[in-house]
Amino acid sequence: MANKILAILEQRDNKLKRSAFEAVSTAVKLAGELNLEGEAVVIGADIENISEAGKYGITKITHFKNDQLSNYSTSAYTKIICNYARETGAAYIVIAGTSLGKDLAPHISGRLIAGCLMDCTSLDASSGEVIATRPVYAGKALIEVKLNSEVKILVLRPNVFKAEVIDENASPNIVTINIDDPDLRTRVTDIKKSEGKLDVAEADIIVSGGRGLKAPENFHLVEELADVLGAAVGASRAVVDAGWRDHREQVGQTGKTVSPSLYVACGISGAIQHLAGMSSSKYIVAINKDKDAPIFNVADYGIAGDIFEVLPALTEEIKKIKS
Amino acid sequence: MKIAVCVSHVPDTATKVKVGADQKTIDPSGVTYIVNPYDEFAIEEALKMKEKFGGDSEVTAISVGSDANKETIRKALAMGVDKGILLKDENRRDSFSISKALAAEIKSQGFELVFCGKQSVDYDNSAVPQLTAELLEFSCVTVVVSLNIDGNKVTAEREVEGGKEVVETELPVIIGAQKGLNEPRYASLKGIMASKKKIIEEKPAASAEQFAEVISMKKPPEKQPGRILGTDKSAVPELVRLLREEAKVI
Repeated sequence: MANKILAILEQRDNKLKRSAFEAVSTAVKLAGELNLEGEAVVIGADIENISEAGKYGITKITHFKNDQLSNYSTSAYTKIICNYARETGAAYIVIAGTSLGKDLAPHISGRLIAGCLMDCTSLDASSGEVIATRPVYAGKALIEVKLNSEVKILVLRPNVFKAEVIDENASPNIVTINIDDPDLRTRVTDIKKSEGKLDVAEADIIVSGGRGLKAPENFHLVEELADVLGAAVGASRAVVDAGWRDHREQVGQTGKTVSPSLYVACGISGAIQHLAGMSSSKYIVAINKDKDAPIFNVADYGIAGDIFEVLPALTEEIKKIKS
Repeated sequence: MKIAVCVSHVPDTATKVKVGADQKTIDPSGVTYIVNPYDEFAIEEALKMKEKFGGDSEVTAISVGSDANKETIRKALAMGVDKGILLKDENRRDSFSISKALAAEIKSQGFELVFCGKQSVDYDNSAVPQLTAELLEFSCVTVVVSLNIDGNKVTAEREVEGGKEVVETELPVIIGAQKGLNEPRYASLKGIMASKKKIIEEKPAASAEQFAEVISMKKPPEKQPGRILGTDKSAVPELVRLLREEAKVI
């Protein structure tokens, strides 16, 4: 009888990521609603803060350990998780949709012949089965969808599901299983970090620039504002295609879909592809000379003025209140 | 080297999506369809690999869908792909059943290097490359921005949060292409003329069950337009005040 719900926890640099706690919390909540037993699984070398996951209500965590697995290996991770899911009779697998989660979940799906829903933004188990809501067409529409497979895999959009502390002092049962001979056919051999920059996919505040900046050398205005806000720098497709900015910064339909608490659009007119990628942000500020630009239709607050004048003033004002 | 590239036929990214009468899919009227943007990088990389390996290397474009998908296959042929295969099924949308159809075809034709876009910009499930690889017991690297194949050894860079991972694996492999992998070529007039003589083979898609069942489709809640606070820097203090006191985000 399949009665388990497994939360897969991701570690980076031997530390559980914030999104891992979102997966734990969601698994615990679903387990309660569906009368299943929640458990967590983590793969890696020594991990500093495994027990922290217990705060979110999970009582058992299995740590599959091998020094070669501190970096991601698609083949090894897939094999370990699928074997464990089969052994324990998992009915649901929950994982955060980070780069790792988005790569791994469909592999598990293929190996276990299980349905897989990526990028879920809400889950409703009130009917006794899970109905997921997920954006399609880059967020221009939402679907409600359910899985009819025996094992069901749910991938959570990061930053959307709450990580709720249930017991600050919980001490979960941590079981360590050494993996002797991991399947390293596909493995990460090196990580090239992009000079300490915050990624738009993970940032709580994003300051984005568009063609209104007129030239790539003016992007420092966006970077300076991002700096004082502790924000990531984003970009519109127009400036990425023009070669001003790297694709990793692109927000929108062929870039990243983001939902930060604050999105500041500077000199971005708001093409439909861009709006699709950012309009689920909690608060949106638009600064654009053209008061009829579509970006103002989704902005909470706007200044219909010259970014070359407004941006430095905004940076200064925020510096003042932060100091 | 037998190379395949999987292509999907999707609504133009400029499309304003309207929900159809069935309340489960979009209303296709007035929608222009295009080659899935990420597939263009997949096609380009497949052609570059054909040029690299030379000899009798060949690139085949495979698409799952209806007759309309032939338009997208034809574009791939115009870019330089050698032939096309349409696996027909009008109603297949779930990643698992699409992957089953692709995997059956890739297996029967003996492809060992397969390219896909990292996701299709319709259902955005970003699962087909990995799922298909799993069904075939192939290796797979997704969100790839750089690729090198040397003998049996595959080295790829994939985009992750805050950087790139260097991934090593072996053939046979499926690569999920990300923007930035290359600069897709334009179809030349000669290519377009030549594509008309190239063959698109049609066959039914291998049968498969669909695991994902769409219950309903709706538009996201409309965001209410907010306030324009001013037209110059004099509005800045008020903006900062609202962000602190009303929105409480800074």
